[in-house]
Amino acid sequence: MTSQATSKGHTLADLVQHDRVHTSLYTDPAIFETEMDKVFANTWVWVAHTSEIPEAGSYKTGYIGRQPVVTVRDRKQQVHVLLNRCRHRAATVCEGHKGKTNSFVCPYHGWSYSLDGALRGVPSPESYGDLLDKADYPLVKLRVEEYAGMIFATFKDDIEPLVDFLGPAKKWMDLFMKQGGGFPVKVGGEHRFRFPGNWKIQLENTTDAYHFPLVHKSFLSSVDKQTEEMLDFVEGPGFVEDLGNGHSVMVMIPDLVDLEANLDAPIPERFAALAEELRADYPEDQVRRIVRAVGGSGFNLNIFPNIACSMAFFRVLRPVSVTETEIHHAVITMDGGPEAGNRARLRMHEHFQGPMGFGTPDDSEAWERVQKGSNAGTDQWILLNRGLAKEQETADGRRSDVSAETGMRAAYRQWKKLMTA
Amino acid sequence: MNIELLNQASAFISQEADMLDHGEYPEWLALWEEKGLYIVPINPDETDFANTLNYACDDAKMRNLRVARLGSGESISTSPAPRTIRSVSRFRILADDGKTVTVRCAQNLREFRKEIQKHYTANLTYTLVRDGDSFRIQQKVVRLLNSSDALQCIGYIP
Repeated sequence: MTSQATSKGHTLADLVQHDRVHTSLYTDPAIFETEMDKVFANTWVWVAHTSEIPEAGSYKTGYIGRQPVVTVRDRKQQVHVLLNRCRHRAATVCEGHKGKTNSFVCPYHGWSYSLDGALRGVPSPESYGDLLDKADYPLVKLRVEEYAGMIFATFKDDIEPLVDFLGPAKKWMDLFMKQGGGFPVKVGGEHRFRFPGNWKIQLENTTDAYHFPLVHKSFLSSVDKQTEEMLDFVEGPGFVEDLGNGHSVMVMIPDLVDLEANLDAPIPERFAALAEELRADYPEDQVRRIVRAVGGSGFNLNIFPNIACSMAFFRVLRPVSVTETEIHHAVITMDGGPEAGNRARLRMHEHFQGPMGFGTPDDSEAWERVQKGSNAGTDQWILLNRGLAKEQETADGRRSDVSAETGMRAAYRQWKKLMTA
Repeated sequence: MNIELLNQASAFISQEADMLDHGEYPEWLALWEEKGLYIVPINPDETDFANTLNYACDDAKMRNLRVARLGSGESISTSPAPRTIRSVSRFRILADDGKTVTVRCAQNLREFRKEIQKHYTANLTYTLVRDGDSFRIQQKVVRLLNSSDALQCIGYIP
């Protein structure tokens, strides 16, 4: 595979250098086809947060690469990820984004499957004689593992355990989940939107602090002074760290890495009214814990290839075509927590995220322009050498300043490993 | 059917639509009650906007910030600004208690920006407070036809 010629005479391996990647990674349909097989069908891919399928029969549909899947909880609370395809003639057996069901029934000829994918019923079976053993035709099941409430699935049966794949990312996931403020983390809805550009442009963005003050100038103009100062992190003490296997963390606000630390610090002005409201129902130490959690974490954790734990939400990406990507921004709320606190989180999410937010549309415009500009030139490269000069080895990987492109280099190193395997 | 009320309400809503299409934002902001809410929900059947995630759930402060952002020149997604033309029709009075009037209508909105024209259709539901011979907006809910789908970014006020 490594010797296979691709666009412009480069091999796949040549397309990713330590400090740059070739533009064809954004534009070549043949590379996209290979990614669906070599990346998305060949690694752990995030499918759901446990709160999205809370009860027996709860399901969520989605995609791994371009393959439709259903994530479902069975009656024994076991989570299954099933190909959304009837074994008879391929019709999807589950429609709708999320819901609850007792079984999956194909609408075409009525084959019915239990929540664990077993084929239970075939209407008018006589015509098959003894040609059809139902045990041979369950819905195709993927390997599923879970960490910190995050459910991942894979087509690759002999892949390493999820916890090994996540490696040092695990401790950042644990820190991220502290934004439940003492309550379980719950997905409280999501914004879904598409932009006309390659999926890796969005993958890069979650670990790109450099763009923030420029692209999000209009958002920064809409927040209070204290928040604006908090978000002025590009030349600050934060860092980006390569965590291996394509994962990386970008710490923008070091003070907000551990939401259970510094609980004695003054409550920021913008949360004063919320804290006062919470004091009616909670003791002061719990008020402080909740308020600090409501603001979200001070870091983005990018988990290769499709999920990020990003400040106060989950960012999910879904490749649609070489030039189209769907993004979900799932808001995080406190399950059973104070409504006032959850309302604050919902309003903060609406303020920045989604197709009508003050932040997302500007990101989307920038990504769209990256894709458009990528059509210029015949053999051009995307530069990824920012922060390379000061990059240093750490126990978990390597680290550089907060606006370094270390996280992108980490993702492309994993991309290259999978694509040339 | 109270044709006079229907005419009053549809004239008010048509005027509001014209203000938004022509960027008359100070005039648009002045149409609102201080505690009014401008809402674009995700689930078309949603009624508990405060406790669910919406595309927008703007109180007076957020409406002012949204308008300021559109005109600031600081946002690359709204520079150049999208052009919009919206038609409002199919007006129906859903409730009238003498003080407030609830009106539902259809909105067909076309947006053009940088080589691309998009089409957004929506049900609009207004709660209007009588104010002399006109109204003030207490609540406007924009239920986009495709709100539960993955949208493209919206750089104007639908």
